[in-house]
Amino acid sequence: MAPLIVNEIISPDTNLFIAFLIGIGFGFVLEGSGFSSSRKLAGMFYGYDTTVLKVFFTAAITAMVGMLFFSLFGWIDLDFVYINPTYVTSALIGGVVMGIGFIMGGFCPGTAFCAFSIGKLDALAFIGGLILGIVFFTEGYPLFEEMYKANYLGTPTMNELLDIPRGVFALGLILMAFAMFWVGEWAEKKFPREEY
Amino acid sequence: MSEVKKTKYFNPYIGGVLLGLVLLAANFVSGRGLGASGAIKSVVVSTVNTVAPSHAENSAFYKNYNENHENPMKSWLVFQMMGVLVGGFLSGAFAKRLKFKVEHSPKISSKRRIIFAILGGMFFGFGSQLGRGCTSGSALSGMAVLSVGGFLTMAAIFGTAFMLAYFFRKNWI
Repeated sequence: MAPLIVNEIISPDTNLFIAFLIGIGFGFVLEGSGFSSSRKLAGMFYGYDTTVLKVFFTAAITAMVGMLFFSLFGWIDLDFVYINPTYVTSALIGGVVMGIGFIMGGFCPGTAFCAFSIGKLDALAFIGGLILGIVFFTEGYPLFEEMYKANYLGTPTMNELLDIPRGVFALGLILMAFAMFWVGEWAEKKFPREEY
Repeated sequence: MSEVKKTKYFNPYIGGVLLGLVLLAANFVSGRGLGASGAIKSVVVSTVNTVAPSHAENSAFYKNYNENHENPMKSWLVFQMMGVLVGGFLSGAFAKRLKFKVEHSPKISSKRRIIFAILGGMFFGFGSQLGRGCTSGSALSGMAVLSVGGFLTMAAIFGTAFMLAYFFRKNWI
């Protein structure tokens, strides 16, 4: 039955309206989890606040397990769920450039909008930077096109790459996430800071 | 103690489960995950189409984009990001966190914080286009569908930020 839009259970306009509602949920949870504070986000990289790690990985494993069960119950056809394509070169270089932006600016695009919505002016400056960075890419596209399209692998998933069942990879990722949560809790005790 | 008592943040694991459910709902309804940078790209393309139509017709990126998208603003991510602004505002209002301010470490000035925010935004914006999505669209949503590219981007973003953390420590701690 799902994805609803692919199976024409809802109209394209209804899909956009639901996008708006989902966005409200997205923004609400990001803000409520403290992602509207750049110092809280950056805390991740100094060990004094590992909220990002906990929220990010809990969300990833929740959605992953949810989709596995939905698929098992026949509620969703995973063949129609978008899998991000893998272009090795641009995924890595793009990620490195984003990492530089993260530690300098303290936000990522989604959290910047969330922070701006409660009045953070540094987030507004970050959004201004985002626009400039995107324009730099779109204007200079011919220069980056080769790198952008290099080493295309199609849409492989991690379990296909490792040649193991999807559920086994999911279990491994959950165990890994739990190990990281444990390290995160330890780091917060070791590098304590006051609330800011 | 401040006069207005602020509500504390969610427990991070509960926040994570809620975020995961939002992501699951996005996949259930539309067959794809969440995103943020794609919405800004829509605004950029739309602006170029309006302000400089001949430039949009003659330059590779916009031409390609417009051939595949009827109206850049009528996109799932644009509507979702409008929702993010509303949802963030509501949460901030309930928790009494609505306030105009430049948040920064006491060791640095507001000016320095703003300069670094703009620079960081530029890097992040550029990287998000090269990497086909940001922390939401590529890393988080990609990981949930087990995309190899999503895992690579996630590792590159967090790995780089960890490696460079030492050099930017004055800005944060």
